Amino acid sequence: MIAAPSNRRRTRLLEGSLFWAFRIGTYFVLFCATYIFLDIGIKGGRTVFMRTAPFVNLKFLIEPPQTLYVFNYQGKKMELSDRQFRDWKTTHKEDVDVTSISYSAGGIWPCIVGTALLVIGSMTVALFIGISCAIYLSEYSRDGRFIRLIRVAILNLAGVPSIVFGLFGFGLFVVFFGWNVSLLSGWFTLGLMVLPAIITASEESLCAVPQGLREGSLALGATKWQTIRKNVLPYALPGILTSSILGIARVAGETAPIMFTAAYAMRDEMPWQVSHWTNFFFQGVMALPYHIYVVSSKIPQNEYTERVQYGTAFVFLVVVMLIALTSILLREKQRRRLSW
Amino acid sequence: MVSLLEMPQTLSQQLPRQNDRLVDEIECAEIMIDVRDLDFAYGGNTVLHNVSLDIPPRAVTAFIGPSGCGKTTLLRCINRMNDLIEGARITKGAIHLGGTDINAPEVDVVDLRRRVGMVFQKSNPFPKSIYENISYGLRIAGINRRSQIDEAVEKSLRAAALWDEVKERLEANAFGLSGGQQQRLCIARALAVEPDVILMDEPCSALDPIATARIEELIQELKTQYTIVIVTHNMQQAGRVSDHTGVFYLGKLIEFGPTTKIFTNPSEKRTEDYITGRFG
Repeated sequence: MIAAPSNRRRTRLLEGSLFWAFRIGTYFVLFCATYIFLDIGIKGGRTVFMRTAPFVNLKFLIEPPQTLYVFNYQGKKMELSDRQFRDWKTTHKEDVDVTSISYSAGGIWPCIVGTALLVIGSMTVALFIGISCAIYLSEYSRDGRFIRLIRVAILNLAGVPSIVFGLFGFGLFVVFFGWNVSLLSGWFTLGLMVLPAIITASEESLCAVPQGLREGSLALGATKWQTIRKNVLPYALPGILTSSILGIARVAGETAPIMFTAAYAMRDEMPWQVSHWTNFFFQGVMALPYHIYVVSSKIPQNEYTERVQYGTAFVFLVVVMLIALTSILLREKQRRRLSW
Repeated sequence: MVSLLEMPQTLSQQLPRQNDRLVDEIECAEIMIDVRDLDFAYGGNTVLHNVSLDIPPRAVTAFIGPSGCGKTTLLRCINRMNDLIEGARITKGAIHLGGTDINAPEVDVVDLRRRVGMVFQKSNPFPKSIYENISYGLRIAGINRRSQIDEAVEKSLRAAALWDEVKERLEANAFGLSGGQQQRLCIARALAVEPDVILMDEPCSALDPIATARIEELIQELKTQYTIVIVTHNMQQAGRVSDHTGVFYLGKLIEFGPTTKIFTNPSEKRTEDYITGRFG
């Protein structure tokens, strides 16, 4: 029997409201994303870009942070950086009522460098351990209770909050190994944090290599390792690397794991200014996410700190977006080249 | 007086054909692969039951039978490709290649696979150039001299009747070849490492009749030098290319003998039924 008209009306109402519920949900996401990007883009853009040539505020990009001194002098409002203020003092002996605001002058160059160093080192650690682990799991191990246990452990590792990784890194690398707050501690802490993502991506890429290539190679008298090295890994590696670029965005973005292990709020020397090359690994660095954290919560807020906050967030966002974009482009190129 | 070392030989001459093992050893020259009382299981599921057959050298031996009858499994036992499958193992019997038990602990599976090449059902060229596909087996065997590799590449491509078609584009990716050419490339790749035996697992199942005819022709040429074992679903193909045929049904070898006899005068009712298309 065909449903009664009243019933049909109710069905239509339900269908319609569900449609709108899903639609509103989607629009809400779109609204949030647009608001965040516009907010950071507009306010950060004011710090990073300029109306006059060269249009980009190079000072902000290539100078270390400095303290900003704000005061009124002869009815004029002065905003001087640390160095400028000292110069000014040599010529002007008067006492002025100065407000000093930390980190709000100069730029964020050491943070950019520090984040780059952290990303490079931690991805090296994570790729090395992650690919080894994925090769073992997908090529060598035979399914059993132990292997299932390992997989569960990896899944759980992915769910561990980043602050726990931070504390773990502090306990193991900083205190127990005695590496102190250093690049090395940060590399291993961040590396461990992205390890599950790298292992999963690597395993998927290895599985995507057709079994026929392994059999074909083995049937020619290749050993297992020869087969993996010459006929599996080369085809899986591009996939592994492109998937791992998304891991880079995560490593670059996390604050919690580095706040106890690698990040300094302020450091005057650049990372290459070390007395001996081995000290390079045992120095702390400034980093973009930690800088945002410091300027947003560790110092009194006012209009001057807001400039730095938004400027740093803007630069940070651009860096992460560039990384993601590279990943997508590389992956598309790869998909076109290798299709079985 | 007879020395101790010569004793066994003298004894075996005195006791001809009384012991199966002695007979085997004497006939070694005539048997390339000797499958004896073989049981094979995937986990607890036995898929080959008590299979015994002798594969002669420099001839084509075909395995035919309905799907799932174990012919591919047996083929993959001969180069121990089944080692890759978890829980798959020989539960009884043995396979001897030229008198050596291939599953003996001292046998290196890598050496075995170098002696026993394989061509797969789905052609599986490596995503490399044609040249690199052929040289792959040589390089992993430790041969790095360019002149030697060049020579082997040409020789095996000629042997696989592919040279004239690809000699101008050896550096092109093998994926650019047609299906039939890809399969001949896989045969050439197997030939390059100079095996004694070539196993072919339904090599023509994905090919059109013309490409199939070329491969069959090729098999006829290759059998002067190689021992060829071919699994096929196509009975006409078995009739055309093979010298000996084994008919499998539900994991048992129901008949094995010269192809002409199997096709014209089978001794088993089931063989006749299968060949005439009453089942399978």
